[in-house]
Amino acid sequence: MMAYIVRRVLYVIPILVGVNLLTFLLFFVVNSPDDMARMHLGVKRVSDQAIAEWKAERGYDKPLVWNAGAEGLDKLTDTIFFDKSVRLFAFDFGQSDSGRNIGHDIAQRMWPSLAIAIPIMLVGLAVNISFSLLLAFFRGTYLDFWGVVLCVAMMSVSGLFYIIGGQVLLGKLLNLFPISGYAPGPDAWRFLVLPVIIGVISGIGSGTRWYRTLFLEEVGKDFVRTARAKGLSERAVLFGHVLRNALIPILTGVVVVIPTLFMGSLLLESFFGIPGLGSYTIDAISRQDFAIVRAMVFLGAVLYVLGLLLTDISYTLVDPRVRLQ
Amino acid sequence: MFKRLGHNPFRLLLLLALLVLGGCGDPPWNDPWPSEDVSGSVFFSSFAERPKYLDPARSYSSNEWAFISQVYEPPLQYHYLKRSYELVPLTADGMPEVRRYDAAGRLLPADAPADQVATTEYLIHIRPGIRYQPHPAFAHTADGRYRYWPLREEGLAERYTLADFSETGTRELVAADYAYQIKRLAFPPNHSPLAGLLAEHIEDFAAFAKVAAEQALRDRAAGRLWTDLRPLQMEGVRVIDRYTCSIRLKDSYPQFIYWLATNFFAPMPWEAERFHAQPGMIERNITLNWYPVGTGPFMLTENNPNLRMVLERNPNFHGERYPAEGSEADRARGLLDDAGRPMPFIDKAVYTLEKEAIPRWNKFLQGYYDSSGIASDSFDQAVQLAADGDARLTPEMREKGIALDTAVETSIYYMSFNMRDPMVGGDPDDPADQQRARKLRQAIAIAVDWEEFIAIFNNGRGLPAHGPLPPGIFGYREGREGINPVVYRWQDGKPVRRSIEEAKRLLAEAGYPDGIDPVTGNALVLYYDTALSGPGSKSILQWYVNQFRKLGISLVVRATDYNRFQEKMLKGAAQIFSWGWNADYPDPENFLFLLYGPNGKVEHHGENAANFTNAGFDALFERMKNLPNGAERQQVIDRMVAILQTESPWLFGYYPKAFSLHHAWYHNALPHLMANNTLKYKRIDGALRARRQKEWNQPVTWPLWTLLGLLVLSAVPAIRDYRARERRRAR
Repeated sequence: MMAYIVRRVLYVIPILVGVNLLTFLLFFVVNSPDDMARMHLGVKRVSDQAIAEWKAERGYDKPLVWNAGAEGLDKLTDTIFFDKSVRLFAFDFGQSDSGRNIGHDIAQRMWPSLAIAIPIMLVGLAVNISFSLLLAFFRGTYLDFWGVVLCVAMMSVSGLFYIIGGQVLLGKLLNLFPISGYAPGPDAWRFLVLPVIIGVISGIGSGTRWYRTLFLEEVGKDFVRTARAKGLSERAVLFGHVLRNALIPILTGVVVVIPTLFMGSLLLESFFGIPGLGSYTIDAISRQDFAIVRAMVFLGAVLYVLGLLLTDISYTLVDPRVRLQ
Repeated sequence: MFKRLGHNPFRLLLLLALLVLGGCGDPPWNDPWPSEDVSGSVFFSSFAERPKYLDPARSYSSNEWAFISQVYEPPLQYHYLKRSYELVPLTADGMPEVRRYDAAGRLLPADAPADQVATTEYLIHIRPGIRYQPHPAFAHTADGRYRYWPLREEGLAERYTLADFSETGTRELVAADYAYQIKRLAFPPNHSPLAGLLAEHIEDFAAFAKVAAEQALRDRAAGRLWTDLRPLQMEGVRVIDRYTCSIRLKDSYPQFIYWLATNFFAPMPWEAERFHAQPGMIERNITLNWYPVGTGPFMLTENNPNLRMVLERNPNFHGERYPAEGSEADRARGLLDDAGRPMPFIDKAVYTLEKEAIPRWNKFLQGYYDSSGIASDSFDQAVQLAADGDARLTPEMREKGIALDTAVETSIYYMSFNMRDPMVGGDPDDPADQQRARKLRQAIAIAVDWEEFIAIFNNGRGLPAHGPLPPGIFGYREGREGINPVVYRWQDGKPVRRSIEEAKRLLAEAGYPDGIDPVTGNALVLYYDTALSGPGSKSILQWYVNQFRKLGISLVVRATDYNRFQEKMLKGAAQIFSWGWNADYPDPENFLFLLYGPNGKVEHHGENAANFTNAGFDALFERMKNLPNGAERQQVIDRMVAILQTESPWLFGYYPKAFSLHHAWYHNALPHLMANNTLKYKRIDGALRARRQKEWNQPVTWPLWTLLGLLVLSAVPAIRDYRARERRRAR
């Protein structure tokens, strides 16, 4: 298995180079270094000299990917792309275009993101599995039918509606939770309850339908019939056999998202004023801060690949028949 | 017990609910603030966008000045109550002494004509005894050395904010701190937006910038992160004694005095700059741009602009008293109740990041923010417009004791023609073609109905503009004498927009009868360049198209992103566009310079985005900018405005009107469109706020219990079905 892991890690390198190059090209197709300088320096009373100095200070005065004026290897290395990319592979994110230390910002802002993402994932998992088991148990009945209808309806509603509706209903009309905000430390829970409730509810439709399908697939299999024939109660069949055997696809779906939980939720963080990495990325895009955008895309790619690797490894843990070679 | 509870999920749920609810005490459950702050003298507000720069040399946005103006103190400030706006001393012990000299260096009388003035000197005396806020840069050890300088990077371990430096110190404000800041404005790495303007006026400013930049290069090469600007001389800035400095201008620039009331001219202690330039500080985000250090009534004690920013009372504040001079209207509004009392009145101001308008508005209604603007979505909930156009609060707002303040902003939003464009600007060498283009512009000026625009898109929050100068700026004229005669006529005591027939007649005279271009035989096609995009802007753009269609002109919208739009403007590739300007200071020069030829955007990279050039206007501008406010200046301005109205390089658009709301516990609220350091005047009645918040935010739990009951009831058939299944025999 170790050889497999090493091989997968090596595959990551060209993927990351590709992701980095693509981010770079996409960003600079839309924004020139001059645009970035103007955005940072403001629009009032900005001189050409100030723009030139801003670019020179941050290394944006070089050619993008090919320096025709340089000699030898410098043609490739004396460029914005090389300057800005190489350090990323050592996880040195450097400074943002506004002069902030990106690594420090990420280390600070991942905690609020995790504080909201982990409860949503865990509670959501428990709720969705419970509901889907309930529907599987009552399969073919009116409860199952209306449950599926409700799930489809919930899936069709925009995430924004859940957020605004939840804030108005639970925060404003019922006065149960703060509408938005965040506090670091132990007081954070007061601000997390509402976004977590909303995050869980907004995921019930799709999650329940997906798990219900998995459970129904298992329910029809021979080993379930055998279990029933042995006289086991329906509860024992569902929890002891169906749930256990449906774990592999559930695990695949869960493990792959675990690393990306760090990246935060764009909408929830924005509406609830939670200072996580989701809002960090959105802010950087709107401010045209290439250094942060590049770092976050790079980090996202690394975490996604890591998630896939963890998923593969977790297969071997839940299914002894699977071996990685 | 837990085992037993675990067998009954409903009991477990009930216990959890009781635990959660039991954790909530007397304050409202939805209260986002600590209860001791709510009843205290703490101001709660929000901000929508993270401030980028807090360094006074660089900061130039209102959302940044909202913070740093409470911390930094320039020599002058605006009187809080007087209108029109009046400058008064802040750290200065009087208004600056202004001396004018001729080319031979002879002192001129105060009323000497501007063309005789070769240099102007501003002598500023600051008050002794003013001290900086506590700051680690001033901390000393017992033997007199700086406590936190020099620091090695290892000495910064576990230090990520300024609060991690346990020892602080202070020192007296001296005139050299003002001189140091002016040098910082010239220092190229600081990218001060004012550097270009000051280089035109302050003696030796540009040369100093070069010298300082070279010194910075030498310092970098030697491994020094800080360039000490103190030994470098700028001829135009001299420290005369401990409390006096002078600034010499190489011309007569009367508007310079207004800049002395901005943060650009706030003092900077060199120790603070040196402290923040130490190795490892930038990597830890402990920068001068993040942690302002000043002498003002407040100091920034928490700067997490991704969450909140907190200003707290500066214990070293020199003290200032609430102004006693105000109008009778001010007295009637209670704005003089605190006259003569020492300021600031509040101990702390907490600004929370609220990016979205809906939560921000709802929290204001709950009483968790003390004041608020009004977003378009919430306008009808808050304000009713009477038939006479007066804005009144809705009964819901009045019931809560909320008050409304309105003020026409010292800003203008306009639509402009690019005068370099041959179609709308005309051939500068062909008077006939210029006449054609002028009539075309005038016809369009009549057709675009800004009254309708304000009503549809701004909820009536705006005043149609008849010229470039907004109300509150010297030169603005009200009533009949202030109307734009090209676009309006005076009828029944009010301006009435000229008819579309008159516009069509002008268009026909321009050679486009019914909007038909004789060259193509089709509708005349004009182009509107904009950075507006997305569904929200579609209705505005369509409205523009409809306005031009009234004349038979086909307006093609060329929407692009902001960067491309800027590029087009710089190259002069746009034809018609919209733009705006917010006053830096209350002087007509700050608006009329937007149409001054030598400020053309394409040729000179200035702020004249219309690239308008008119010899008569330019000559009058040169004269006007040096005149004191008075009849002569008014006359010159009238002539300038008349030229603009006739030439119509702009469709004057409108002056936006600011609407703000505040709760009954928030006192001394008065819109001030020039001053930003207004937090010190505000007073909060914390006890009233706490009572109101509790009253307005009683938790409503019955819907939850009802929902729970319904769930339990709906589960009964399911449980019965489950039990029946369990008991069923195999068939």
